[in-house]
Amino acid sequence: MQQEQSIAFKTGMLSICLFILLGLLYLPPESVAQQESSVPPGTAIPDSIQLKPPIHIEVKDTPDDAGGSVTIRWEEQPVLENAVIQKYRILRASVENSVPGEFIFVGEATNRATVFSDGSTDDDSTYVYKVEAVYELKVDDTTVVTTTVQSSVSDEVSSSAQWFNFQRINVFVGVVLLSFFILYYIYQAQSGKKLFIRKIAGLEAVDEAVGRATEMGKKIFYIPGTQDMDNVQTIAGVTILGRVAEIAAQYDTWLEVPVSRSLVLVTAKEIVKEAYSKVGRPDAFREDQVHYLTDDQFGYAAGIDGMVVRERPATIFYMGAFYAESLILAETGNSIGAIQISGTAMPSQLPFFVAACDYTLIGEELFAASAYLSREPKLLGSLKGQDVGKALILISLLVGTILETFHIWQFSSLFKVIGE
Amino acid sequence: MRREIPLLITAITGIVFVLQYFIPHAPFNKMNTWFSDWFSIVGAFAIWLGALNLLKISFQKIMDKKSDWFFALVIIISFFVITIIGFAEGQGFREPGTTFSWLYDYVYSPLSATMFAILAFFVASASYRAFRARNFEATLLLLSAFFVMLGRVPVGDIITGFLPQQYQLSQVASWIMTFPQTAGQRAIMIGIALGLVSTSLRIILGIERSHLGGGD
Repeated sequence: MQQEQSIAFKTGMLSICLFILLGLLYLPPESVAQQESSVPPGTAIPDSIQLKPPIHIEVKDTPDDAGGSVTIRWEEQPVLENAVIQKYRILRASVENSVPGEFIFVGEATNRATVFSDGSTDDDSTYVYKVEAVYELKVDDTTVVTTTVQSSVSDEVSSSAQWFNFQRINVFVGVVLLSFFILYYIYQAQSGKKLFIRKIAGLEAVDEAVGRATEMGKKIFYIPGTQDMDNVQTIAGVTILGRVAEIAAQYDTWLEVPVSRSLVLVTAKEIVKEAYSKVGRPDAFREDQVHYLTDDQFGYAAGIDGMVVRERPATIFYMGAFYAESLILAETGNSIGAIQISGTAMPSQLPFFVAACDYTLIGEELFAASAYLSREPKLLGSLKGQDVGKALILISLLVGTILETFHIWQFSSLFKVIGE
Repeated sequence: MRREIPLLITAITGIVFVLQYFIPHAPFNKMNTWFSDWFSIVGAFAIWLGALNLLKISFQKIMDKKSDWFFALVIIISFFVITIIGFAEGQGFREPGTTFSWLYDYVYSPLSATMFAILAFFVASASYRAFRARNFEATLLLLSAFFVMLGRVPVGDIITGFLPQQYQLSQVASWIMTFPQTAGQRAIMIGIALGLVSTSLRIILGIERSHLGGGD
């Protein structure tokens, strides 16, 4: 009888164990995660350590973005004795699609972070979040264990795309203001108002440089940079080419334009052809005046250097975007005694051009060259508007410097573009 | 119409590009990539225009027996050799061990490196001219260059080792680079940015149109 009772007891205990084991296997994932914390068996967390879950979980759609992102914020955890937060794990559940209570891991934040952007959301879904603090506990002098504490479930949130990026509002205001001034002065110039434009030595010398080539009976080389037509400097370069080609056509001087991009070839050829027609000399234009060398930066430099040394042009123009080849080209031109006029908006190449060329258009002067050379009121008006923009920036710099000196930071923060 | 259609395309594209900077919503957020992709595609097709132009000019030079016709011959031979080998070796033409990669590593790269190396000598000759103390500004440039160059090498600090640390040459060089140099560079950058906006606006509005081929 006693033996039967013992067998029944053992069978009962075994069934209970199996039941618990099966129950464990079917527990929801986050419950399993909690069970899997690296607390060694038999290690009890002292009662003195009160682990606190992350609190005040705020979730909202990430502002000023293209959608697909939710920002989660939580409050900084108080510092505990013998317990350090290693990191935060962010858990997410979809309200519509997932099994109730099933949270998936979406990312981690460092122990000092109080914000996380989940960039993997679907704009058509609604989500809830939990923030899990991963603690490292010092149980005694030799034992350190890791455990986790989860926050409560956040409010529901959905992501969406916005129609205006308010972080760029200052840029928008700047562009609108500048455009207004430019358009205003274009209108003024069109209505016949005389505008004063300061002299730009490099552009004043264009006539003289072309004239010199004419007198010497030598060629003019025009190098429109090494970048493609998607670069504004190249556009500025080929625009000036049109004016130079007109003068060269009038003086009957041979203008040669070696280019490094196929699209620049097509554009430059059209511009030179049109310039020759404009001054009534379409017959003087030859197809091989504008020709392609190579897309390769140093191959292009080598090609031009060879042509410069062999053909010894009287004048060389460098107008556009240049990189390391700038000095290689300008020094070779200098070595043959050519008069050289350069213009670029690449700040790192400007010193090289200044050192090796007779005249250099610095940055904005390159963009002003077309208006300056053509003397068209509409184009000159835009230069005036640009100058007003510059005056406004100068005033802002002055005011900003004074305010910063007196530890007033609000003014300079107006000029920050967040998210750049 | 020859002028109006390109102007219209330029205006629409320009306005869309400005808008896409401020509007994160689809489809504006993808437009930058779309236009860049389209530009690459158009550019890739246009490469043939360049290549054909190069061959045409080179053949013409040889036929006319111009003074530098030999270089034109080198261009034609190089062009066909590299193109034929590239096509003959198929998709893996850039893999190590192929003739194409051998030509790239042992012909093209050394030639390119040689051109780049010439820069060192040109920097010296240009500096020699630029740093001559002809006037006040040039003298200022010379002194700045002197301090920066010496401050960038260990001997600079050895020479000025007896001075307090903030007056040693490395610190002086660092000050010149951080303050006057950065201020000057930023002034240029502000001018460039304004020039860019102004030029872009002129192009978008069709006021500047000589890049489309000639005058107004």
